[in-house]
Amino acid sequence: MSEPLLNVAHLRIEFNTRRGTLVAVDDISFDVMPGEVFGVVGESGAGKSLTGQAIIGLLEPPGRIAAGEIRLDGRRIDNLPYGQMRRLRGRQIGMIFQDPLTSLNPLYTVGRQLVETIQTHTSMNHEEARRRAVALLEDVGIPAADKRIDHYPHQFSGGMRQRVVIALALCANPRLVIADEPTTALDVSIQAQIILLLKQLCEQYDTAVILITHDMGVIAEISDRVAVMYAGRIVEIGGVREVVKNARHPYARGLMGAIPSLHRRVEKLNQIDGSMPRLTEIPSGCAFHPRCPQAFERCRRERPDLVRVGESQVACWLYGRTS
Amino acid sequence: MPAFIIRRLAQSVFVMLVVAMVAFLMFNYVGDPVHQMVGIETSMQEREALREALGLNDPPLVQFARFVGHAVQGKFGLSYQYKRPVAELFEERLPATLELSLVAALFSLVIGIPMGVYTGLHRSGFLSRIFMTFSLIGISLPTFLIGILLIFVFAVILGWLPSYGRGEVVAIGGWTTGLLTISGLKALIMPAITLGMFQLTLIMRLIRSEMLEVLRTDYIKFARARGLTDRAINFGHALKNTLVPVITITGLQIGSIIAFAIITETVFQWPGMGLLFLQAIHNVDIPIMSAYLILVAFFFVVINLIVDILYYVVDPRLRVDMGKAGGHG
Repeated sequence: MSEPLLNVAHLRIEFNTRRGTLVAVDDISFDVMPGEVFGVVGESGAGKSLTGQAIIGLLEPPGRIAAGEIRLDGRRIDNLPYGQMRRLRGRQIGMIFQDPLTSLNPLYTVGRQLVETIQTHTSMNHEEARRRAVALLEDVGIPAADKRIDHYPHQFSGGMRQRVVIALALCANPRLVIADEPTTALDVSIQAQIILLLKQLCEQYDTAVILITHDMGVIAEISDRVAVMYAGRIVEIGGVREVVKNARHPYARGLMGAIPSLHRRVEKLNQIDGSMPRLTEIPSGCAFHPRCPQAFERCRRERPDLVRVGESQVACWLYGRTS
Repeated sequence: MPAFIIRRLAQSVFVMLVVAMVAFLMFNYVGDPVHQMVGIETSMQEREALREALGLNDPPLVQFARFVGHAVQGKFGLSYQYKRPVAELFEERLPATLELSLVAALFSLVIGIPMGVYTGLHRSGFLSRIFMTFSLIGISLPTFLIGILLIFVFAVILGWLPSYGRGEVVAIGGWTTGLLTISGLKALIMPAITLGMFQLTLIMRLIRSEMLEVLRTDYIKFARARGLTDRAINFGHALKNTLVPVITITGLQIGSIIAFAIITETVFQWPGMGLLFLQAIHNVDIPIMSAYLILVAFFFVVINLIVDILYYVVDPRLRVDMGKAGGHG
């Protein structure tokens, strides 16, 4: 296999607060291959979005990268000076936010925002940039793009706005797009369209995607590989088939069990009891043990690391070889 | 848009009529105009004849209509003190007040906006803290005190600037301006700073808090994620989104600057409307008082109209006929 496009190694994100240092993301590592869709799934507060923000260099203080490295094409990017990182954003790494209703500046036409972004990253003149903007809007499936380009964001519906947001994220042809809950704020009927559009465009532009979501169904739909996060750590990572069909970590299994299915006849949906711990009170050992139906003594004392199990890697003592 | 302007104009006319009513009532019921005009030895018959000649025996509605008719033509009667038409007095004084007010407003915007943007962007910087402390002084010190302090330092101790008056003025048509002579400009500096200081700090603090608000929004984060330059984000995207409240406040404040130039004009003996008005109050010069009331109301109404139109220019979401017309920005 080729070299990874993105390599995250031992990333640790901390928040310095008055009550001490909180560890929001704890020692996570993963690779994203060129053109691949990499899913990151987990409950709210698992550290998924922070990981995305750290990669694009937009962690908001007091959050900071405390340890680890992020490499794009082998080049370290987590310690780049501000100006260089800025040129990378949009050009190499794009980002799509959750809420299309608030992601666009209400005072400018979508065309202006597209042209501005295109001209920031290329040497196109205004005419060329505008032609490219119209082409992009057509690509993301906006009808009558040559007219709509002069409309303001509030004249678009939510789904259409998310298409515009995708066009904006892709307009400088980045190699990686971080999509942070891209469909959460949309109607269910539109979610599938947007996800398919994203998948199709990224294939067309040969762009890799990090898809951050809490929706296992979305991940199963388009991801190639998936990482399951819990309380700031990756608990299971592997090919999407393997993880969806054969989840090994009890938490991942719980998540998969929570996907409603038309094929299986179930009386009621499975749910994982309890909720994720707050950052101030992450349990000792395996952070999942208080909610884990299979927890035993060792889970309470020692923290499991990722180990290879079948084709995936799992951080759980149920699979520890050295137990 | 035209429909909107017409609606607004109609509302403005209504406001002006209400204000005219108040001015009219003041005219007729604060003291007796006839009494003000004649001497002690005038006989009752003569007074009655004067009353009839002035139309004071007509029904109130007719009198009011006549008052409005005259006001529209700029006729506010004779000043009791000066025995000259109020309109004439205003014509002499208005340029001084408007010049002072506009320069003060300009001063507060040109200094206040950059300071607000700066303190919004560098929240905890050293310079920001100095600005914020300074703004606290500007907000809490009363205008007359700032004026007197300025006079004390720059006129009395240093002797750089004149402590009172308008300096030499140049007449252009019916307008006298102090902006074209050195002494006129020098005389303008301290009054303009005094008058604009409060607005400056207000605008600075407003822009700062709006900037802090806007910088947290998703579209600013998204703009950063697209790699736009700081300049484009801070000034193109963020500052423009702070403008709607700033326009509102600035509009209202320009009205207040004109109306409340009174204190500054008194401190600096500035020969403007405010000084004229204060003297009018001293001497119960009703024509001047009611005309001043109407004039200030007129300024407020016009400024509000401009503010409303500016909203439409700045914020596309407020444009009513967007649905079919599409983008005309």
